[in-house]
Amino acid sequence: MVVNMKKVFRLEGLGCANCAAKMEMKIGELDGVDSVSVNFITTKLVIEAEDDKMDSIIKSAEKIIRKIEPDTKLKKA
Amino acid sequence: MKKRLWRIIIGAVLFTTALIIGNKGAGLNYALFLLSYIIVGYDVLLQAVKNILHGNVFDENFLMSIASIGAFAIGEHPEGVAVMLFYQIGELFQSYAVNQSRKSIASLMDIRPDYANVKRGNSLIQVDPDEVQIGDIIVIKAGEKVPLDGLVMEGSSMIDTSALTGESVPREVVAGDNLLSGCININGLITVEVIKEFGESTVSKILDLVENASSKKSKSEQFITRFARYYTPIVVIIAVLLALIPPLVIDGAEFKDWIYRALSFLVVSCPCALVISVPLSFFGGIGGASKKGILVKGGNYLEVLAQTETIVFDKTGTLTKGVFEVQKITSVGISEEELLEISAYAEYYSSHPISNSIKRAYKGDIDSNRISKVDEIPGHGVEAIIDGKQILAGNSKLMDRMEIPYKPEELAGTTVYVAVGGRYVGSILIADEIKSDSLEAIKGLKGSGISNTVMLTGDNKGAGMAVAKELGISKVYTDLLPADKVDKIEELFEEKSDKGKLAFVGDGINDAPVLARADVGIAMGGLGSDAAIEAADIVIMDDKPSKITTAIKIAKKTLGIAYQNIVFAIGVKVIVLILSGLGFATMWAAVFADVGVTVIAILNSFRALKVKDL
Repeated sequence: MVVNMKKVFRLEGLGCANCAAKMEMKIGELDGVDSVSVNFITTKLVIEAEDDKMDSIIKSAEKIIRKIEPDTKLKKA
Repeated sequence: MKKRLWRIIIGAVLFTTALIIGNKGAGLNYALFLLSYIIVGYDVLLQAVKNILHGNVFDENFLMSIASIGAFAIGEHPEGVAVMLFYQIGELFQSYAVNQSRKSIASLMDIRPDYANVKRGNSLIQVDPDEVQIGDIIVIKAGEKVPLDGLVMEGSSMIDTSALTGESVPREVVAGDNLLSGCININGLITVEVIKEFGESTVSKILDLVENASSKKSKSEQFITRFARYYTPIVVIIAVLLALIPPLVIDGAEFKDWIYRALSFLVVSCPCALVISVPLSFFGGIGGASKKGILVKGGNYLEVLAQTETIVFDKTGTLTKGVFEVQKITSVGISEEELLEISAYAEYYSSHPISNSIKRAYKGDIDSNRISKVDEIPGHGVEAIIDGKQILAGNSKLMDRMEIPYKPEELAGTTVYVAVGGRYVGSILIADEIKSDSLEAIKGLKGSGISNTVMLTGDNKGAGMAVAKELGISKVYTDLLPADKVDKIEELFEEKSDKGKLAFVGDGINDAPVLARADVGIAMGGLGSDAAIEAADIVIMDDKPSKITTAIKIAKKTLGIAYQNIVFAIGVKVIVLILSGLGFATMWAAVFADVGVTVIAILNSFRALKVKDL
């Protein structure tokens, strides 16, 4: 059975709204991701994904974020 | 941010000096332009290079770099600097605006309590609210926030609930009252027994809700991000074509001229004004609503609420207080006081809500020694011996069964008939009371474009119709079981127009399925009711139905602002694109189309936060 879990992060230094939209789209394309939302104003990233793929998803998400906005850091909320 | 401001100021001074000198000192003039360009724009250039290495081509840093370098290359130095200068001003303003809205969310978060004073033995210890357990005794001093939900044990005080409800009038609490976390203790010292852990307390639930609001994006937000995704590449491609093709195919067309036009395109191609202004509007709307004690779980719900045409109300607890009170006493042969006293004694051992309201209405103490025998007759009422006399108190079926002639009442509510020693002595009418602002709420809704108001209730026809008639509700369905309510909602879905939305308003008690089925579910009196907070899309923190009108007004205003921003931003950009493509608009106009539009859209979206007069 596939178990989904939800993780919430804070994106420190998130500076551009379009980048937030891009991050959301790119992370959403990752394998195992059920839903993802980047809120530019609260700087919150919420990932809902399959439990056993979560770790690798977070790693890929970090890469995506660095690529789009190098100054943004992913922090546990 | 300060550093950026100084760079802009220095750059601007150098830039104007260069403009004043003009072409007289060609070398100096050029040097000044270049210097101000580098001071103002070096970080953008650097970022652009970094992004290219990461494979990001269409980002704004890159577009601005190419546009400004291009302008330098074709000898339009002032334009080159201006692009960068105004871009930076726009960015500065934008980050100011974003910080401002982030701060306004932080002020909403201000209700988070930092500590709790826990009583341990004879001393008070300050601990993190997270560490407090159910059953702990905490002390709340004047001016402190209530850290956890609890029950007041000692003391009394005025409590400011405005952070939760938007209600500015303080409420008094005394021993025995429930106290919700997130309120502020204004003057007294109160001792409170904790009844919920921090994570389950009202304040945590609300914080969670506010922080995670707007993770559900509205259709307009989705539209604009999708639009931006195609817009930028398309404009860039047109720019490239514009630079290359006309000079090759049109006789006498100069490369320099067409490259200038292409560069203007690049400046306008930035999607930022669009992408930022719409979510900022919705965020403002959600923030404004929460100031009024209305929690909205996402921008999409504001959107739906603005298009609502049918509003369905649950009766009890939503339009009425949900508390049964004695409304009318009709005595026959004895005084009203005596009738109430006899009934209160007869009902003394019963815990039925009706009995409770009779006991509440009878203010005096009850001497249980006077009651010698009580029999409950299920579905009928009670038979009791008080002071040696037989008392019957119950519904009409009890009177019929005991063959007592009585005067039936045809009023909305529940009537308790009373007989003493086989003789009818009168009746007591118990009914739910309509909330004081329900009438205003229904009127307000009709005035704000709601064409259909419906009421659902599990009560009997008499009670339901009476309330509906008094409030001017157009349609009533009575005698419904909880499951029937969903069926009725389905019927109403069939009846409404395709575009209009249906909202359901309930108190969260056994109407969760209906809250979920409606286009937008609104829960009333969310304070303290977890079920309501969870099941609903919009939670009205106090129990005033008139807040629904306020919520609809906020929703309409927010949506209006979002649409204005979309039309304005796309409109100006398209016009400037056409004009600069035809060679009528300068690069200055293009810079305005990018930065100016962003600034104006942001300022406009700030209006959504202002909800004072709504």
